[in-house]
Amino acid sequence: MSMFDGFRFRGTSSPIHQLDPRVKFIYACIMFVIAILFSQFIPLLVLFFVQIPLVWTARIMKEWMRSMRASAMFAVIIFATNMLSYYFYGGYPSLSWLFERAAAMTLRFIVLIESFSLFFLTTSPDHLGLALEQSGVPYDICFAFTTAVRFVPVLAEEAQTILDAQKSRGLELEKGNFVKRIKNYIPVLIPLIVSAIRRSLELAEAMESRAWGAVEKRTNLYVLTMKKDDYLLILASVLMLGISVYVWLFIPVPSFTQLLSISA
Amino acid sequence: MIEVSDVYFTYPNGVEALKGVSLTIRDGEFIAVMGQNGAGKTTLVKHFNGLLKPTRGKVLIDGVDTQNVSVATLARKVGFVFQNPDNQLFCETVEDEVSYALKNFGFNEETIKERVDWALNLLDMVEYRRVSPFMLSGGERKRVALASILAWDPNIVILDEPTIGQDYQQKERLRQFILQLNNQGKTVIMVTHDVEFVTDCKPHIVLMAQGRIIAEGEANKVLTDPEVVSQASLILPEVTQIFLGLRELDLPQDVIDVYEASRILLTKLGES
Repeated sequence: MSMFDGFRFRGTSSPIHQLDPRVKFIYACIMFVIAILFSQFIPLLVLFFVQIPLVWTARIMKEWMRSMRASAMFAVIIFATNMLSYYFYGGYPSLSWLFERAAAMTLRFIVLIESFSLFFLTTSPDHLGLALEQSGVPYDICFAFTTAVRFVPVLAEEAQTILDAQKSRGLELEKGNFVKRIKNYIPVLIPLIVSAIRRSLELAEAMESRAWGAVEKRTNLYVLTMKKDDYLLILASVLMLGISVYVWLFIPVPSFTQLLSISA
Repeated sequence: MIEVSDVYFTYPNGVEALKGVSLTIRDGEFIAVMGQNGAGKTTLVKHFNGLLKPTRGKVLIDGVDTQNVSVATLARKVGFVFQNPDNQLFCETVEDEVSYALKNFGFNEETIKERVDWALNLLDMVEYRRVSPFMLSGGERKRVALASILAWDPNIVILDEPTIGQDYQQKERLRQFILQLNNQGKTVIMVTHDVEFVTDCKPHIVLMAQGRIIAEGEANKVLTDPEVVSQASLILPEVTQIFLGLRELDLPQDVIDVYEASRILLTKLGES
């Protein structure tokens, strides 16, 4: 469950934690857009390194590294699929282009994980709900969303218990060929899904008995306000987006090998 | 035989759940591991079938170090019944559920059929064999889970909180059943904080608090010691409390059994 750990909020405090969740979300989305914009290696590498100071400021280096490590396996798969599909189906100009392309696609994935991991690690589920609500999203949807986020660690823990229970009955996940290995997960998934459904029904009943939806217009104890740091981050993000779009439109991005040959 | 020597265990999140636990459980013993939530009971018993491996120290099951073998190998010897049956039920019928582990262990078709019949009979679940386990009541699901473990006839049976969510009659049946298992020579280890249930069973007690074993011994000695009992956040058995309240009558303080208590009281009354 280490993959989930990289997206679980930690109760620490830092300048990044204090930021308005809406701003952090916009930042993550802008990173997303930029990462999708470029399919070359160098801009994505820049994008990767630009975010590291933020992770450092948020004092979540350890947890963030963990999510990076957990996504390493997917990264390898993405790299291999890109290499193979270009190699066999796409015409490719040179081997170095092939490598760079596959590396860029992998890096794009890593950048996405990086920015959203940063967002989730520094934003408490409560803040997230608050942000949604005060952006005008209907409360039902906000609630469904925060509940989903809130229950991820619970489900992760439950999955571990179920896995233990099935292992005690002789389940070996790493046994058999590829198809068998996927089938091995059925004894874990079914109890997990069943209990999730049960839990949601119970939750609905509990909420209903506490007068859910009795008042049409809800008010909030905490009201989000934008501070100096928030404007700073949003300015930086928009600036980055602007530069990226400009580069994308008007400047041909050199490949890594071209860059090397120029400097050589 | 289970030998635990100086075991420390730290969870990945940094919580140190066991701090130097040593314990020997001989074949055929009946043990109750007791203590408050977070005392390390479940963590300890999860070491017995290799689900957890000690951070420091050693756990030997019949002389085999758990560090070197898989859970599946150990499970053949050590059956672990989890607290919540919903954590393991996933098949379409009770029958499939009970045979799942047998298939994993590679029993042949014929033996599987035999063992399933035997286990369903044992737990009085024969009439439900083609029913979906999800359609059963809580107590019945618990019995299916139990049957699915006992089906492969493990020598050591671990029961994690077997009495939770059971009514009094179910508990009584469970008690008979556990004693029967133990009489057949199986090592039975149960994790519980149900004091009254334990006083009815009279197993050997292992009392835990904050990751350590704080007392070990016969039920009537350990559970009547007010100091260790309160350290483990348990309460004294009701009979002991009554005897404590009747201190003036000069009653023995190590009685936990209702019948024994009534016999002592009747004798006292006869004397006066």
